[in-house]
Amino acid sequence: MADQSEAAVLAVEHLSVAFGDKGHESVVVDDVSFAIGSAEVVALVGESGSGKSMTAMSVLGITPFGSRVRGRIVVGGLDTVAATEQQRRMIRGRVVSMIFQDPVAALDPVYSIGFQMAEAVRRSSPDLDRAAVRARCLDLLESVEIPEPERRLKQYPHELSGGQCQRVMIAIALAADPDLLIADEPTTALDVTVQAEVLDVLRKLRRDRTTSILLITHDMGVVADLADRVVVMRNGKVEEEGTATEIFGAPSADYTRQLLDAVPRLGRRGQADPGPEADTPVLIMEDLVVEYGHRIGHKFRAVDEVSFSVGRGEILGLVGESGSGKTTIGKAIAGLAPITSGVVTVDGVSLADTSGARRRAARSKIGIVFQNPLLSLNPRYTVHRTIAEPLRLVAGVPAAEVDDRVTQLLSDVGLGEAWRFRYPHELSGGQRQRAAIARALALDPTLLIADEPTSALDVSVQARVLDTFRELQSRLGFACLFISHDLAVVDELCDRVVVLHNGRVAEIGDRHQILFTPQDPYTRRLIDAVPVPDPAEQARRRESVAAARA
Amino acid sequence: MTETVISQTIEPTATIVGKRSWGRALLTPSFLVPAVVLAILILIALLPGPIAGIFGHGDPHACDLGRSTDGPANGHPFGFDLQGCDVYANVIYGTRSSLSVGLLTTVLAMAVALVVGTAAGMFGGWLDTVLSRLTDIFLGFPFLLGAVVVLGSVGERSVLTVSLVLALFGWPTMARLTRGAVRGVRGAEFVQAGQAMGLSTWRIVTRYVLPSSISPVLVLATITVGGVIVSESSLTYLGIGLQPPAVSWGLELSAASGNFERAPHMLIFPALFLVITVLAIIGLGDALRTALDPKRS
Repeated sequence: MADQSEAAVLAVEHLSVAFGDKGHESVVVDDVSFAIGSAEVVALVGESGSGKSMTAMSVLGITPFGSRVRGRIVVGGLDTVAATEQQRRMIRGRVVSMIFQDPVAALDPVYSIGFQMAEAVRRSSPDLDRAAVRARCLDLLESVEIPEPERRLKQYPHELSGGQCQRVMIAIALAADPDLLIADEPTTALDVTVQAEVLDVLRKLRRDRTTSILLITHDMGVVADLADRVVVMRNGKVEEEGTATEIFGAPSADYTRQLLDAVPRLGRRGQADPGPEADTPVLIMEDLVVEYGHRIGHKFRAVDEVSFSVGRGEILGLVGESGSGKTTIGKAIAGLAPITSGVVTVDGVSLADTSGARRRAARSKIGIVFQNPLLSLNPRYTVHRTIAEPLRLVAGVPAAEVDDRVTQLLSDVGLGEAWRFRYPHELSGGQRQRAAIARALALDPTLLIADEPTSALDVSVQARVLDTFRELQSRLGFACLFISHDLAVVDELCDRVVVLHNGRVAEIGDRHQILFTPQDPYTRRLIDAVPVPDPAEQARRRESVAAARA
Repeated sequence: MTETVISQTIEPTATIVGKRSWGRALLTPSFLVPAVVLAILILIALLPGPIAGIFGHGDPHACDLGRSTDGPANGHPFGFDLQGCDVYANVIYGTRSSLSVGLLTTVLAMAVALVVGTAAGMFGGWLDTVLSRLTDIFLGFPFLLGAVVVLGSVGERSVLTVSLVLALFGWPTMARLTRGAVRGVRGAEFVQAGQAMGLSTWRIVTRYVLPSSISPVLVLATITVGGVIVSESSLTYLGIGLQPPAVSWGLELSAASGNFERAPHMLIFPALFLVITVLAIIGLGDALRTALDPKRS
């Protein structure tokens, strides 16, 4: 340990971060120690509230106002905990750079890519002339494998895709040739195929430039793909530390084991377990087209002639990357997006051409669960009011029975009675989503649309919410349209799968057939891009992809 | 991990389980101080006579030209104005009209603004275009010129007519703000969730959209109260506001503005009342907003 920390690019020793006054202090990082060697990728993993981001912020000395940091963080020969703000500024961007979760938000929308890069280059080497700065920018863009770097310099962030923006962010972070790159959930906001490309760039960086990377993530697949060593954190403490092979192969801490078990994996469910017999379809969709745009000028086709049906008691997975139109389809069924053409029938009622009253009645048979429960619950309603409102106003349940129904629904979704008069912000993420599911079930829907219901949740919470969801579905027997980007979740839950690509159906079929013997090249690419939480398997896959390219 | 531990085994530790009351939130200094100040001002507005008479010279129209612009003296704590009238009596009697104009105008303007702004922001399309252009026209209209024309053609100029005219030119800014705030909230997921459940538009607007978008409008409204009281004074100064023998802080201020180097007390005391009123209303608005926000800790 002693000589490791001498050669270390970053050494964190007994780091503690606390908020609040003495007496009732809340400690968010508690005695954390680890080190990163040269050209090493260390992953800091943990669920929300584990203190992983706060640890990373402490390295740069950017912890929020009111925090107290204790311990030692040595980077570039400087203890950033004891250093002055001015000394820390010398470290930031020069010795340590950081990239963030949402690259589109991290880039300034009113300046061109070239301008923002030149700024970073000039800051690290002020003597360069215009031509040299430009050459350096192009150099950096090439190192992150952006196609047509010359053209990119003139473009603005909104003209680039999310993956390209993240590469630009990485290029900017590399402008000063930092020793350490802190990557805070660098691929969480990206699609899987794009995520795979960005991970490739990060791996190449470590190889070509000997940059060390501190990777902060909750995604075990990403960890397996990239990390040499892993530090598992929970409630501010280090639970376990070891090489990636050790952590994934033989985790010693119970928590690590639980965490790995909770991660959904493709293929865990096996082939047996056929779905329910094809029953009367609850939802029939024929040639649905949804177009956005002005009456004049070009229109954007978000959904292009999509047809499928969902039977009673069936869970249909709708998968695709961002922009594939999966969310739009869900919204069109719920009446939140315009149906340009095509027929959508729910329980025998066509949504496009019936009168307002019948359509409203048909719509009340559809329940929706949105991705982020914090956004989808009325912030000024208590849990009780959230669930009671549709019962009272839409279903017309007599006031005397409302309380009992709410009690029943709360126990159905596994939310304790004591949370009944709490507001959404007082609940944890999983509890909020349970409340949202209870609301969606209040009207006894024949069709439930679940739009990425667990992707905003931690894996262990996700596993439990999915269990609740599966149990409810088999008991209540509603048809379910499960919209997700996570193929492993779809594999664990769904009976049939529709793969969407650019608003069109790429492939449709039985779950096992789609996920294990895909016919469409896009489906295959999608499945291959999902990182597996197993370093050996991930390395094998990488080689086969490299071989296929060569 | 922690999630299930909390949700399924341990019940929340706080004692209140049930409907929470706002009472506790309102029993804080940040609410009580402005509330008490405002209550005193309202009391003054309702009963000016006895309060003005405390120092023995309670008649605002009992003037002695010989003591014009004299400073504070025994029995005349705020001094005398240009006509030699007691400033204290005038300020006390002026509270009623100033407070009425300020509150009435703000309430009227806010009512119009909320209706117009919400309709424009919520429904968009041609309704938004029409209402927004209407707002722009009123915004572009020169306030003083408009007020001169309208008030000039009104026969009797009372607190009500002056308030109506001030509100007529005061609502557009608030309407714009409302429209923007409503537009920001109407696409939110919880609003979509409400729509998808089949709730009526009225309920969506009143229970989902407005509670989440009204904060900035309330802040502007509380500031507007002060602005309106001052506007009334400029109208009065031009001779088209409240008519003498009406008394208001605005009248006092406009009379004092020309002489304040010689007789600063004429300006300071009415201005002090104005500032205290505005601060109390802003403070009250802030405290109410905090009390109504479920996220307050």
